[in-house]
Amino acid sequence: MNAMPPLPKQRKLSLKERYAHLTRGLGWETTYQPMDKVFPYVSYEGIKIHDWDAWEDPFRLTMDAYWKYQAEKERKLYAVIESFAQNNGHLNITDARYVNALKLFLTGVSPLEYSAHRGYAHVGRHFVGAGPRIACQMQAIDELRHAQTQIHTMSHYNKFFDGLHDPRHMHDRVWYLSVPKSFFEDACSAGPFEFLTAISFSFEYVLTNLLFVPFMSGAAYNGDMATVTFGFSAQSDEARHMTLGLEIIKFMLEQDEANVPIIQKWIDKWFWRGYRLLGLVSMMMDYMLPKRIMSWAEAWEMYFEQAGDALFEDLSRYGIRKPKYHEVASKEKHRLSHEVWSIFYNYTHAAAFHTWMPTEEEMTWLSAKYPDTFDKYYRPRFECWTEMQAEGKRFYNPTLPQLCVTCQIPMGFTEPDDPTTICFRSADYKGERYHFCSDGCKDIFQNEPEKYIQSWLPVHQIYQGNCGGAEVKDVLAWYHLNFGTDNFDYEGSPDQKLWEEWQAQKATNPV
Amino acid sequence: MTVTAIGRYEFKSRDRLENFHGNQVVYWHWEEHLMYCAALALPLPPSMPFRTVLTDILPGCYNLHPEWSRVEWDTVTWMLDQRPFKPVLDASLAANNIGHKSLLRFWTPGLHGIGGCAT
Ligand SMILES: [Fe+2]
Ligand SMILES: [Fe+2]
Repeated sequence: MNAMPPLPKQRKLSLKERYAHLTRGLGWETTYQPMDKVFPYVSYEGIKIHDWDAWEDPFRLTMDAYWKYQAEKERKLYAVIESFAQNNGHLNITDARYVNALKLFLTGVSPLEYSAHRGYAHVGRHFVGAGPRIACQMQAIDELRHAQTQIHTMSHYNKFFDGLHDPRHMHDRVWYLSVPKSFFEDACSAGPFEFLTAISFSFEYVLTNLLFVPFMSGAAYNGDMATVTFGFSAQSDEARHMTLGLEIIKFMLEQDEANVPIIQKWIDKWFWRGYRLLGLVSMMMDYMLPKRIMSWAEAWEMYFEQAGDALFEDLSRYGIRKPKYHEVASKEKHRLSHEVWSIFYNYTHAAAFHTWMPTEEEMTWLSAKYPDTFDKYYRPRFECWTEMQAEGKRFYNPTLPQLCVTCQIPMGFTEPDDPTTICFRSADYKGERYHFCSDGCKDIFQNEPEKYIQSWLPVHQIYQGNCGGAEVKDVLAWYHLNFGTDNFDYEGSPDQKLWEEWQAQKATNPV
Repeated sequence: MTVTAIGRYEFKSRDRLENFHGNQVVYWHWEEHLMYCAALALPLPPSMPFRTVLTDILPGCYNLHPEWSRVEWDTVTWMLDQRPFKPVLDASLAANNIGHKSLLRFWTPGLHGIGGCAT
């Protein structure tokens, strides 16, 4: 029998070579179909790309490396989640009021992770360049993992606390969740380049520190070790996403000068959209965390005013300036959280989480953090509400509010230079009136009115008869919200009752 | 300006009048009383007399505010869709030129909110 000659020993490919095969090896000029038919969405937005190869993923991640690394991280995360459940980790949080921040996160943010997954999977198919295509596909998998691991992490709380039972359904229906939902659908229904400017750049790069850092440090400060561990496990992904955001912007800007004004318009739009969405985070930081990290105003100064200055200084060489109305956002920093908390306090009877009036100690903190505004404008309101509640007449606004057509938030924001007067803006389009909370939201509408005249505004939808009925109870049933447990003030809620029972047990049974 | 789209992009407004079953949406806002965090949206028949809104509708909306009982309608100043406005109380909303998604803001002299701080 002839002995087979031994196969020549295959040289192991270097990481760089493997990445080259994965990207350049998978991108070719098509011949059976013309390129513009295979990639139908890359030109209609007006962005000109001359050399797709000029974009190189700085992480050069290959599939096998990705799998190995992420599997390792998730093994650790699930081990922590498991031990958190076994050791009743929820008993170690600072106060049950904290769980309301998780309710907001699970219904408002986790579904966005899933939307991000879909958005990146879509653009990951539609870019001509293999480099950005692979980077987007990797991010699509990251985002799916984020949605999944967040749901797994927080599901432990669902065993004990109300309002966590049906986040996906609520996201599509509940009035305030139309704010994050419509934000993301606006991005996903744009072209691939606007999507990346919106999500990768404006959101992930410019604003993400104002979303993830507050929630994850909030978890750490308030003893929620499960959520902290999720935060750590997502951190390396976030670093990659932020890099993609900045690289893709620079790539577009470098490819053609004609791209600059288009991108500037998107930066203006998505800065304002993102900033309005962060109003929810501002109230979380200043009102919902029993143990505060820093105030919203401080976070805005650190993460936008300072970090943003450096970023836009860097981009100015391409002809990009700071986003329009950034100065309005800075004027609003001393009132944003108070106005947003007031909105939710007004309508807690229709929300999937509880609100409450700050304690005297918390008001002292707010006065110290907001010396020019809190005592002057908000303390008297809160003291009045506290008194009403003490008399058994907790204030709930019985009438539905006017909403901004663009951001869909109740029109509770005040004039940039006058915190005592609501900012009303409006526009006529084809004989119909539309209302906005700000010049930022009005500009966005006027640039693309056809898009926003379709806004699914929850208040108008209720009045049109599309939300299960006319009574609050009917609408809440349609939201899959349990009337009397998920909604209303924290004071007197089943969450509070259970928490106080646990505290009493702890006191009589010290371990 | 127009939307950037891959093809024809024309849709009807989702909140057009005909979708409200005979009502029109009218927004009302009591200035300097931000305990009510935003203007209120009310679905109202265009034939409803202006006075009826003041006597039958708004009290149920605003009477939780300690200053509500002191509102005197003959001293109130109004703005309708950015213009100064004097309502004809016995005329209908439509006859007062109040249309679908009109905004009415009103100021109550002497009443500036709790502690005078617009709350
Ligand atoms: Fe994510
Ligand atoms: Fe808005």
